[in-house]
Amino acid sequence: MAQRLDFERPLQELEDKIAELNSFMEEKNVDLTDEVSRLQKRLSKMEEEIYENLTAWNRVQLARHPERPTTYDYIDRIFQDFLELHGDRLFGDDEAIVGGIATFEGKPVTVIGHQRGKDTKENLRRNFGMPHPEGYRKALRLMKQAEKFNRPVVFLLDTKGAFPGKAAEERGQSEAIARNLIEMAGLTVPIICMVIGEGASGGALAIGVGNHVHMLENSWYSVISPEGAAALLWKDSGLAQQAADTMKITAPDLKELNVIDEIIPEVKGGAHRNVEEQAKSIQQALSKSLEELTQLTKDELVLHRYEKYRNIGQYTFVTDTIGLK
Amino acid sequence: MLKDLFNKKKKYATVPSDKIKQDVPEGIMTKCPSCKSIIYTKELEKSHKVCVKCGYHHQMSAPERLKNTLDEGSFKELDADMISENPLSFPDYVERLEKDQKKSSLNEAVVTGEGTIDGYRTAIAVMDSRFRMGSMGSVVGEKITRAIEHADKEKIPFIIFTASGGARMQEGVLSLMQMAKSSVALKRFSDRGGLFISIMTHPTTGGVSASFASVGDFNFAEPKALIGFAGRRIIEQTIREDLPEDFQTAEFLLHHGQLDRVIHRADMKKTLCKVLMIHGNRGEK
Repeated sequence: MAQRLDFERPLQELEDKIAELNSFMEEKNVDLTDEVSRLQKRLSKMEEEIYENLTAWNRVQLARHPERPTTYDYIDRIFQDFLELHGDRLFGDDEAIVGGIATFEGKPVTVIGHQRGKDTKENLRRNFGMPHPEGYRKALRLMKQAEKFNRPVVFLLDTKGAFPGKAAEERGQSEAIARNLIEMAGLTVPIICMVIGEGASGGALAIGVGNHVHMLENSWYSVISPEGAAALLWKDSGLAQQAADTMKITAPDLKELNVIDEIIPEVKGGAHRNVEEQAKSIQQALSKSLEELTQLTKDELVLHRYEKYRNIGQYTFVTDTIGLK
Repeated sequence: MLKDLFNKKKKYATVPSDKIKQDVPEGIMTKCPSCKSIIYTKELEKSHKVCVKCGYHHQMSAPERLKNTLDEGSFKELDADMISENPLSFPDYVERLEKDQKKSSLNEAVVTGEGTIDGYRTAIAVMDSRFRMGSMGSVVGEKITRAIEHADKEKIPFIIFTASGGARMQEGVLSLMQMAKSSVALKRFSDRGGLFISIMTHPTTGGVSASFASVGDFNFAEPKALIGFAGRRIIEQTIREDLPEDFQTAEFLLHHGQLDRVIHRADMKKTLCKVLMIHGNRGEK
């Protein structure tokens, strides 16, 4: 049974009650089927109410669920023949980003993603999925390799941000991110990005400049984490729930702002409830994207990406009533 | 402090007016935040706003920077009338923009256009940290992108003076995407042989540092400028150790191989001329 979040507590209580009645029926050999089915109905109604009215903060909680599937979980289920490749050839191997070659529905691809740990030990090894410059440079090396051999690149985004550390700054965290943005802009193969959990800031965007960008229904993607926004804007990280709402960070928000292409639906209650099922819907979205993008020539792919990003943003011009000049 | 000496003699407390609060009279004198010496403002302006005593580079506004860099009367501004919307309906955002417009006499945190440096035509963008900390939202991203496209169309170099706290929070993910927007334009410009010179001034951090600022054909910076991805306080809290004093200064970046040169403001125009001269073919002399 998956670990429950606070807003799921009413469901938990009802489920417990049903289980209790069931075991009571068995023990005492009494017929309570009517009562149980009544509760079952109430449960599914309540599930609908809760999961169809998730707040931005609920989605953040789901995106951070300790059992939420990671890049490796999806690589295992969506790709075949995966061969992981390591290192940036400059400094080291950053395990907060993983990548390699594989086949997808029989065709060669390169797949790269943020990788966080599922327990403390693995999280320490992978720095909680927060890359150093060598992680981004490994990603760059692998995407340039993909370009050379003309295979599409799939990126899975899931990070709390690029690591804010001394060594990261010394080795050029800014340059590593900036370089990837530039090189992804010009890559002559299809790039498909999927936000599978958290997408925080430049640390996510550094592997996020794609022809298509999709988001899982309960993932978030923004310029900063809700906690960071609350601390910066209101000097109180406790206002994170409010910031999650104000900052417009959910998949439906980003769809409306024209920043992403598709929202990939999640299984009821979140991706962790059924990884196999979730992997299938990601695979479908990926398949559709690839089919569309592999029709384009190299020049068309670069132009497609140019136009996509060139048009993001909202601005206006001074009229008589507003502004200075 | 002189003011303290006088205040001590007072028998009862008074609330000092704003004027008295300032150490030196506004306008005539300027106090150096580094060595604390008090200098005639006119003298400071003559020395490119560099403290004559300690070499501290005072912050420059975008108009001052343009005046200091371009040939007199050569600047033609682009998109001066572009202003921000409030795409997330963020509380107080419009009021803050209006306040900074009044304070800075600018419509946004970057001024873009075209001018000449010692006769060499160039597209130029200058960020101004007085406006929302020089942060990048849709307008800053769009104006910089248009300046790059202008350079591409005219086949002239693109020079940027950055001064920014990073992406603008109030425009959320749209601010983040301006990093990608300017990058797709820069890539196209670069692929067609465009020359891009990035000069990082105090401060250049966050999303601006992590996009166009760091990928010039030439990465220059002014002395002691703060340049980095993450904020010092956040890093200290994360790694729980004190950072060296020169951490994230221009000199620190130079030492770690992230910059081509650190250039004193008095030598900036001279250096830019040299680079433009060597790449001369693309600009019309």
